[in-house]
Order: sequence, then structure tokens, then C-alpha cells
Amino acid sequence: MPTKEIAQELAKTLKGFDADYIEAHLEETETSHLTYRGKELESIGRSSSVGGNIRALVKGGWGFVSFNHLDELRGKVELAVREARLAGNEKSRLAEVEPVVDIVPGGADKNPASIPLAEKKKLLDEYNEIVWRTPKLQTSIITYGDGYKKTIFLNSEGSYIEQERADITLRLHAIATEGSDVQQAGLSIGSRGDFEAISGLHQQIQEKVEHAVALLKAPQVKGGEYTVVLDPVLAGVFVHEAFGHLSESDFIYENDRLYQIMTLGREFGLRELNIIDDPTLSGLRGSYKYDDEGVLATKTYLIWEGKLVGRLHSRETAAKMKEEPTGNARAVNYHYPPIVRMTNTYIEPGRASFDDIIGDIREGIYAKNWYGGTTSMEMFTFSAAEAYMIRRGRIAEAIRPVVLTGNVFTTLKNIDAIANDLDMNQGGGCGKGEQVPLPVSNGSPHIRIRRCLVGGK
Amino acid sequence: MEGLLAQAKKVAAEAEVFVVSIEETSVEFEANRLKHIQSKETTTVALRLIRQGRIGYAVSTRLEDRHKLVKIAAETAQFGMLARFHFPHRTTYPQVEVFDPGVESIAIAEMIRLGEGLIASVTRHTPDIVCEAGVTKAVTSVRILNSEGGQATYRQSTFGLGIRGNLIYDTDMLFVGDIEISGHPLPESGVVAGRVIQQLELAKNQASVTTRKLPVIFTPRGVASTLISPLMAAFNGKIVQEGASPIGSRLGQQVFSKKLNLADDPKLAYRPQSRPFDDEGVPSQHTPLIQGGAVTGFLYDLQTAALANTQSTASGSRSGGGLPAPAPSAFVIAQGDTTFDEMVQDIKEGLVIEALMGAEQGNILSGVFSGNVLLGYKVESGKIVGRVKDTMVSGDIYQLLNEIIAVGSDARWVGGHLKTPSLYCPGLSVASKK
Repeated sequence: MPTKEIAQELAKTLKGFDADYIEAHLEETETSHLTYRGKELESIGRSSSVGGNIRALVKGGWGFVSFNHLDELRGKVELAVREARLAGNEKSRLAEVEPVVDIVPGGADKNPASIPLAEKKKLLDEYNEIVWRTPKLQTSIITYGDGYKKTIFLNSEGSYIEQERADITLRLHAIATEGSDVQQAGLSIGSRGDFEAISGLHQQIQEKVEHAVALLKAPQVKGGEYTVVLDPVLAGVFVHEAFGHLSESDFIYENDRLYQIMTLGREFGLRELNIIDDPTLSGLRGSYKYDDEGVLATKTYLIWEGKLVGRLHSRETAAKMKEEPTGNARAVNYHYPPIVRMTNTYIEPGRASFDDIIGDIREGIYAKNWYGGTTSMEMFTFSAAEAYMIRRGRIAEAIRPVVLTGNVFTTLKNIDAIANDLDMNQGGGCGKGEQVPLPVSNGSPHIRIRRCLVGGK
Repeated sequence: MEGLLAQAKKVAAEAEVFVVSIEETSVEFEANRLKHIQSKETTTVALRLIRQGRIGYAVSTRLEDRHKLVKIAAETAQFGMLARFHFPHRTTYPQVEVFDPGVESIAIAEMIRLGEGLIASVTRHTPDIVCEAGVTKAVTSVRILNSEGGQATYRQSTFGLGIRGNLIYDTDMLFVGDIEISGHPLPESGVVAGRVIQQLELAKNQASVTTRKLPVIFTPRGVASTLISPLMAAFNGKIVQEGASPIGSRLGQQVFSKKLNLADDPKLAYRPQSRPFDDEGVPSQHTPLIQGGAVTGFLYDLQTAALANTQSTASGSRSGGGLPAPAPSAFVIAQGDTTFDEMVQDIKEGLVIEALMGAEQGNILSGVFSGNVLLGYKVESGKIVGRVKDTMVSGDIYQLLNEIIAVGSDARWVGGHLKTPSLYCPGLSVASKK
């Protein structure tokens, strides 16, 4: 039986149970991947997956059942309700949301699975040739992945939502060696299913590969505090890690002390600082119409004029904190329940130009691109993939990639300049708990941070 | 499975069907209270074939997708890598104890009791702490069948107990936590609770360090968060084959301290990474990687081994449903004879690292790392005096592991992948914010 008919059958089943709330997700996914390691195409494959889950709420406790087999769904609903009853020991609270019946077409999302493998391979072959033309390059890893997902959401309140999404990622690592020294450079690009977005990167790839080789000669910086200028890609990772995760209400709603720290109105940065999470922007990897609880996506100001003004919610966190739901409950796939996540998170552009920002720095670091980032809420680290010294207001010699760290409460206040050149980075995948990688995008203009701690010799 | 294999054989010279099914139940606590109970069933069916000398591959969640799997695998084989190996014949496998039926039959009520007990022990010590905890049981079934007569199956049980606590004073946050995983049901939570309480005790006071080089003790958790990812990459036969491992050309040479011994061991009884055969059906083996500081081996799957002109070390692993690739099962660092207290007593000024954040984000191949001390303590004149914060450390794992002063007598499992003692090293660059 096709998934759609199963869903319609299930919609009737959900209503007959003694639970405060029940929802179901059914999902069909097609993916393909190509991986080059060195000169050869190492792995090529396609996968298809069908699955779903049932989530039930009884007296504040949740039961969750996920499965690959779509038969005997009544039994699975019964199990989820039984589990929820075992877990529940208080009053269930969910923010009120109007039930929605909607079918959201893929829209601009093309199905990348329909592009022949030969065409994908041809593009990657071209990229790999650029890599192998470069002297001193030891090896490279190129990973291409795409996916097309159809989901059906339904709940015991009468919502029924069909959504589709396509996703493409391309990662390239170029590895240069000399003796036992190994240096890497790379790029990471993603799109909402648009193959064009990862085509025509020849020039960029050439530059990255040359950078990997150049790093063999680059010195490592001395550890300590520096004035640091971040490019839009790295500043985007910074805003995601350093601040974004702290605005996810599931960390806050049952932790009184954290709630006190995150009081709305608290000053986090300079007046020019505005931070936004917005899933309604069209065509970005973190965009959608409804979240995985069937809540309409909304643009949320997290920081406005330097002050904390909002946070991201699921229906439960919104109800418990007596705030409006924001539509930020997302699950990486049907194996997991939705939790509060970011979407497209960015710092709004300011007025300064890049030259204004670096002009009066006597000695500092210009850090670009990302390897990754992580947070413990208070403290965070994020790593640049490229870095240069800034000397007397100019970009100077390349240095080895740096790891930056800080304390969110001081570092955001130490941002003292925001440029006017906002750019969104589509290459990221966010992890929270076991749920990784969730498609998100991050963005920012160039920003300057005073007294940022940098790891080094 | 037989039907799928038969159909695949019609279009390919060789074929292999791999099916893994996991049934998992977990009980999860949030903010010190029971919050979620979850059951997950997952099936993955992978078809790998060799067609006109090339490897084709397809994955699905359903064995019934027979026709589609064969079609896709044949399509991808047009572009796939040249196969340098044959699927293994039927053989005998070592006896590896990995299934305890007691895990399957443990009741949810018992799991709730364990989690509640764990949280109660920790909150009794520190009433203001906010904990997340989880108790998980899982049974995994693995089946392999190939056209060369190879067939094998096993069932594996795992039981896990973990906690993460968060203590906040104003904007100062402390994170503590630990986890224990076994193939047997864990009858009580005292060991995990004890470790978390010890972390809370040691972190009671705050201390500051100066920006300079300091001696450092990595606790078993510290070893896991700092030193292991680069080693896992360096001993991966595929990275060696590509020439990107810093130790790839140093087989037989002294690269590390004589005090260091490391092996990959998938045959330990009732460990979550243990198994009688790897994900390609190759019988499991114990592989020494570092003996007395010398590099003694690398980890290979069938294809990589053939390319490197050697034998598979039964390290073929299919994480994430992809083609098999070399990966460690469980890294075991042999313990030494120095107690943790003796190491601390030896230090005039130094650091104990329990958890480092961000060390795995950099260029792990080079062995150079930087990270923020998420949980670590300052040592002064042979005593732990308090927790350090806003502190970044940087080093080179090859230098650290070459200069080891002492290997601890306190080896223990950290999660499922690593058994290690504490390691005491002379100099790590420390940068601290004033």
C-alpha cells in the first residue's frame, strides 16, 4: 500500500486512543552518494528508505516508537501510548496550534536523485583533476551526497501535512604532505537540491588546493588573546555555536538557573547586533513551511539592538515558558523525535566596510572558513580552516588554521564592529545529541572580536 | 536474503547481502525527571556486487525491495571501483561472547529504577544539579550471505547507562557526566554515580593557570576527547594507503614512548564493539598496533588490504549504511603501574584534563590539536586544587605520546570504543584568559 493511503488510514486510528496528544511521521527517502579518495572513485551508491514513527503524550510523559515496517501501525500506536503512560507524572502542556491540512509541493526543489549518476560523476571528475594537477598534493577526499525526502505529518488534533525537500552537499578536503607534516584545506557547500549551486566551483577548488600546499610553509600562531576578524562563513558558525544553541528553549525550560541567565531583555552585545533565526527564507537548507510538529515556521529575532528578545521553541517548551511557539521542532529523520533546532541563523549586516574593520588593527588574525564548532552553552570553540595575520591594517602572511574559543557572555560583548556584507553559508550540518547532520544555514557579515582566545604553540 | 542473492547472481559475478536489524528501547530523563520512553526498530539491507570487475552497491530498509536493489547495484557498478578482492568463502569463526539474553528480558520498570537511582545519588550530593540521564538496551542481529558460500550470523546485546549534569551559578556553568556500556544488563548505577560525584568534588573550587607549557594528566575521558581521533585516523589502512597518515611509512619503527601499547580487539567478551566477524564476514582477530612504542600494524578491510598487498584485519565496518571501510572495533591501551594519585603527586604545577572540547575539529591527520578545557583541574604541589575555566590547550599528539612520563594503572572503558588508563605527559601549551 502506498505511504499516502497508509497515512490516511492512520489518521483515523490516532483519534481512538486515551492520550493527551499523538502524532505520526511517515517518510520516504532516496539518496545517492559518490566519494572520491585520491584519484579513484572509491564509493558510489544509492539508497532508499521507508519508515516512520509514532509519538504520544500522556501526563507530560512522551512515548516514541520508530519503525521501518509500515504494517500493524495500530500496535505501534498502542506501544507509544503505553510508554507515554509509564513516563507521565504531571500535566501535559502543549502550545495551542490550529490544526493544518496542507500539501506543500517541492516547489523550487528539484529532485537531485533524477540527475544521472554519470553527470554527477563527470563534474566530480573535473574537480578531482584540478586537485591532481597540483604539485605536493598527497591526496584528496571529495564527498558528494544528495537526498530527496517526502514526509507526511499527522496528529490527533486533525493536522495532515505533506512536505518534500531536496538536499545536496559537496565537501572537498585536499591533503598536502611534506615529511610527517600533513596539512589540509577544503570547502563545504550545500544547496536545497539545486545542482547548479555545486557546479562551476573549479576556480574555488583550485584556490583551496593551492592553500593546502601553502600551509606546509605557514607558521603556527602563538596562543593567546588577539583581535580577530571573522569572514561571513566563520562568523556564521560562530553565531550558530556561541549563541544559537543557547537560544534553544529545550535547554532552558526546565532549568531555572539557565532561565535566569537567559532573561528576555538581558544585554548580550553592542546596539548594532541583531541575530535572527528564519526558516521562512526561500531556498535555503534550513528553510521549511511547517516544522516536524506541524507548526507554521516563523522568523524569530533572538537579539535585537544587542538585547535578548526571543528564543526558539517546540510546542512543549513554548507552553511551559508561556511564550509563542516558533515552529523550530525538527527531527533529523524518522528514527528520532523532533527537538528544538535552529534553521537559517544569521547576524544582520551593519554599516562598516571590510577595510574599515581591519584598518586600525596593528596585529590581529583574519580567520576564514570552517572546520567545525561545538558548544557547552557557556563556552564554545570553533575552528577556522584558513587564517592570516593582520598587520598594520592589512592582511599579511598565511598561518596554520586556528581554533578560537571563548565564553559566550563575554565574547558577544567583545564584538565591536559589524560589516555590511552578509553572506549565507549552505555547507553546514548541525548536531545535537545523536541527531546529526541536520541541514541548516548560517550567515553573517564580517565581524571583529576584541580579545578572542586563540589556541597555538 | 537467499532470494535477493539469487537475483543478484544473475547480473553479477559475485554478490553479497548484508542485513542488520536493531531493536532498541531507551528510558530518558530530563531535568532530573523521567520524560521519554522510546522504542526503535531499524533494518538495513545492503547489496554489494562485483560486475564486470567493478563494485556496485545499493541500500534499502526492506528486503522486499529485491528488484530495485539489484537494479541500482548493477547501475552503480558501471562507475564503481575495480574490485581487488573476492567475497570470503564459508569458514569458521572465533567464539566471541556478545549476547546475553538477560538484556532483552530486562523490564522497562527496572530501567526506570536504575535511572532514578543514578539521578538520586548525584542530586543527593549536589541538590542544585540539573541532570539528563538515559538507560538503553539494544539487541542487534547481523546476517551476511555471499555468492562464494560465505554465510554468517550473530546476535549482540548492549546495555548502556549515562548521565550528564549541569550546575549553574550566575553565568558560570559546570558540566559533569559519565557513561557505562556493557553486553550484560548493568545491575546498579553506583560506578557511574561515583565518577560523577568525584568530578563534582574536584570542581568545587576554581583555580587559574598561567599561559605557558605545563605537564598534564589525561584521565581516561580526557584521553578519549583529545588523543583518540587522530590515532584512529593514523592507523586506518585506507589513510595509510593514501599516504596521508603521519605514521604510514613507519611500520616497525619506534614512534611512541616505550611505555605505550595499543591494540584493536573485537574479541573481548560482552563488549558493544565485539563480534565474531566483521561487516564483510572476515573472522575477528586481535591486532596489535603499538607494542613498546613501535608501530606494529594498521587496520584493513578486504579492498584496502588487497590494494596494500596485505591481509584484512577484519576491520571492515559499515557505519551509516555505506560500503565497508576500515575502522577500529575497540581500541585498548594497556595499563601501566602508576596510580592516578602518584601522577598528581609528581606535579608541581600542571593540569588534569577530564574533557576537552573542540580538539577533534582541527586537522586531526597532523596530530596537532587545540581545545577548550570543558572539564579540567589545576594541580599545585601534588594536589588538585580546583577547576580551571576559559583555558585553551594546544599540542601535538605524536609529541605527547612520545614523551609519556607514566601510564596509569586505572584502565577503564570510556563508552564502547576505547579502554584506556590515564596518561601523564610532560608539556602541553596552555593559554588562559585573565
